[in-house]
Amino acid sequence: MTTLTKYVRWDTVVTVLLVAVFLAGAGTTDGFADTSNLSAALDDTAEIALIALPMTLLVVAGQVDLSVASMLGLSSALAGALWDAGWTFELIVPVCLLVGAAGGVLNGWLVTRIGLPSLAVTIGTLTLYRGLASVVLGDKAVADFPDAYAKWAAYTRTVPGTFVPYPVALFIVFAVITAVVLHCTGFGRSLFAIGAQEDAAYFAGIRVKRIKIALFAVSGLVASFAGIVYTLRYGSARADNGIGLELTVIASVLLGGVDFDGGKGTLGGAVAGVLLIGLLGNLLTLNDVSNEVQVIVTGLLLIASVLTPRVISAVSERRSTPDQLTPGQLPDQTRLERPSTS
Amino acid sequence: MTTTLDKPLPAPDSARSLLDAVFRARELSIGGALVLLILCTWLTNHGFLDDQGIKDLLLNSSILVLLAVGQSVVVITRNIDLSVGSVTGLTAFACGHFVSGTDHSAVTVVLLGLGLGVVCGLVSGALVSFGRVPALVVTLGMLYVVQGVDQAWAHGEQINAVNVPDGVLSLGTGSVLGIPYLPLISAAVLAGTAYYLRSYRSGRELYAIGSSPEAARLAGIPVRRRILGAYAFSGAVAGFAGALWLARFGTVVADAANGWELTVVSAVVVGGVAITGGTGAVWGAALGALLLTTIGSALVVLKVDSFWQQAITGVLLLAAITTDRIVQVRTTSALRKRSRR
Repeated sequence: MTTLTKYVRWDTVVTVLLVAVFLAGAGTTDGFADTSNLSAALDDTAEIALIALPMTLLVVAGQVDLSVASMLGLSSALAGALWDAGWTFELIVPVCLLVGAAGGVLNGWLVTRIGLPSLAVTIGTLTLYRGLASVVLGDKAVADFPDAYAKWAAYTRTVPGTFVPYPVALFIVFAVITAVVLHCTGFGRSLFAIGAQEDAAYFAGIRVKRIKIALFAVSGLVASFAGIVYTLRYGSARADNGIGLELTVIASVLLGGVDFDGGKGTLGGAVAGVLLIGLLGNLLTLNDVSNEVQVIVTGLLLIASVLTPRVISAVSERRSTPDQLTPGQLPDQTRLERPSTS
Repeated sequence: MTTTLDKPLPAPDSARSLLDAVFRARELSIGGALVLLILCTWLTNHGFLDDQGIKDLLLNSSILVLLAVGQSVVVITRNIDLSVGSVTGLTAFACGHFVSGTDHSAVTVVLLGLGLGVVCGLVSGALVSFGRVPALVVTLGMLYVVQGVDQAWAHGEQINAVNVPDGVLSLGTGSVLGIPYLPLISAAVLAGTAYYLRSYRSGRELYAIGSSPEAARLAGIPVRRRILGAYAFSGAVAGFAGALWLARFGTVVADAANGWELTVVSAVVVGGVAITGGTGAVWGAALGALLLTTIGSALVVLKVDSFWQQAITGVLLLAAITTDRIVQVRTTSALRKRSRR
């Protein structure tokens, strides 16, 4: 049993689940495995998937950014307002990205310089950025974007020779970069170190504060980029775009086995989590399952995803421990005394 | 135990009263901000503090105050309950569904709400304490599940005030000596919880758990049972708030109180209850809730452009937690300097 839990990791389980959902969908539902449907399904998760990448890095480092969906809304509103004012899109995009990075730096600054917990800070900036979005655009909706731009985000236009829409292709590139950074570089290892033991990481010479600010900046930048994708995909810039999306992003990342306490997780797991929620939603929609039930399924999946590994390890621990623990005994001691089974 | 010390320890009384003062100051600063805000608004518009104005302020804040009290009990144990908003919405709808077209009394409705809330709280609490799963993940999952159940059940329908019995509605509209029931109920729950946390052994143990779960466990505190209790309480309060929501508004849609979880957590954080557990007082959280509501009302009275209101709320929120943190750091270093001497 212990060997089983050693080799079966949660992100593997999520990937198997993902494949199972795909096969079940292909076998039971007409049109699910069609390339056009898969393009649409992938395109629908584009923003969540993009934001989930820096979120994974943040959660691995023991932080969280709840302001991402508000930044998406602010970026969308800003793009709409500037477009209304006659700016060209080539100018709007860098301005939006700059605002996103600045918002992220503000988050990082408050977290590192003032020493506030990121959960508290980003609840504050969640309100602030959403508020700024409504200041920028009010309750207007800007929808007269030219087709030439909107097409880039639509699922109907794909990378030639594949069924991958452009936003998803971008996501794949970003995901590969992020995976390499997280798992193959010293920087990535330092994120795990910060998440596992911040003080130890600091004394080991890792520039904790600088890294945290950088992570929040990237998170804001990507969120504002996702805002532009969102705006073009729906052809509508509104201040309330993407409201509540932050919880879906976090749910996806946590579903992928990234530990909220920091220090544990893989990018592959997070991506599998995003795709699982996306594909499952698409499959349920095709089967006329109501949106409400989809929400319930997401919630149950999330709870199961954190509960199952603990139940498995608890069961295996009980089996491998010959006699009952006496009350008051320290678990650490038992771990030392237990003969190694491997 | 008789140990002789080289140096006499500082008199415990003076140290404790100083610490007390520091802690009191943390909540007092929020109270001060609240008073200042009310004063400034009143100077610009005297209508803000007439009978109706005060009544509105109290009514608008009472449900948030209630939820903030429940949430802070959970946050003190270094956990979080993100499902409170959806539990409030579900119980409000369930209570409305149950009493529609009947002549059930307010007591029945409140009991129903409490029961439903406790069940939700116990589920989250059991998963957190016995499943040893991170609270944020569990309660985020619960948020989705409860919200989905609520919407699937309501299915676009809504509860209308016409169908709600007068006995229930009077709970939301009635008053004693000119003070509406709702704020009185919130104040009673607040006082009871504050007294419990301050004076009961099991209440103090919640702080111990939040400061150091491991130390609390080794000290023999039944950590899991206490955390389960905190969640049951938070759930009960959310259910109670749902029943009061029905009584206050009469009309309930499926997504009532959706998204409130973050407002409640904001109130708790602004009120000086550290998200990292172990410190804070429920009446600070209640003040935080009152401050957030007052900011909203004041911005309306001051005729601030409605588009600006949320942004200003965000800035004030950040300012509040930043100031609180700076004061905390200053006082800690001051205390350290003092004890070094």
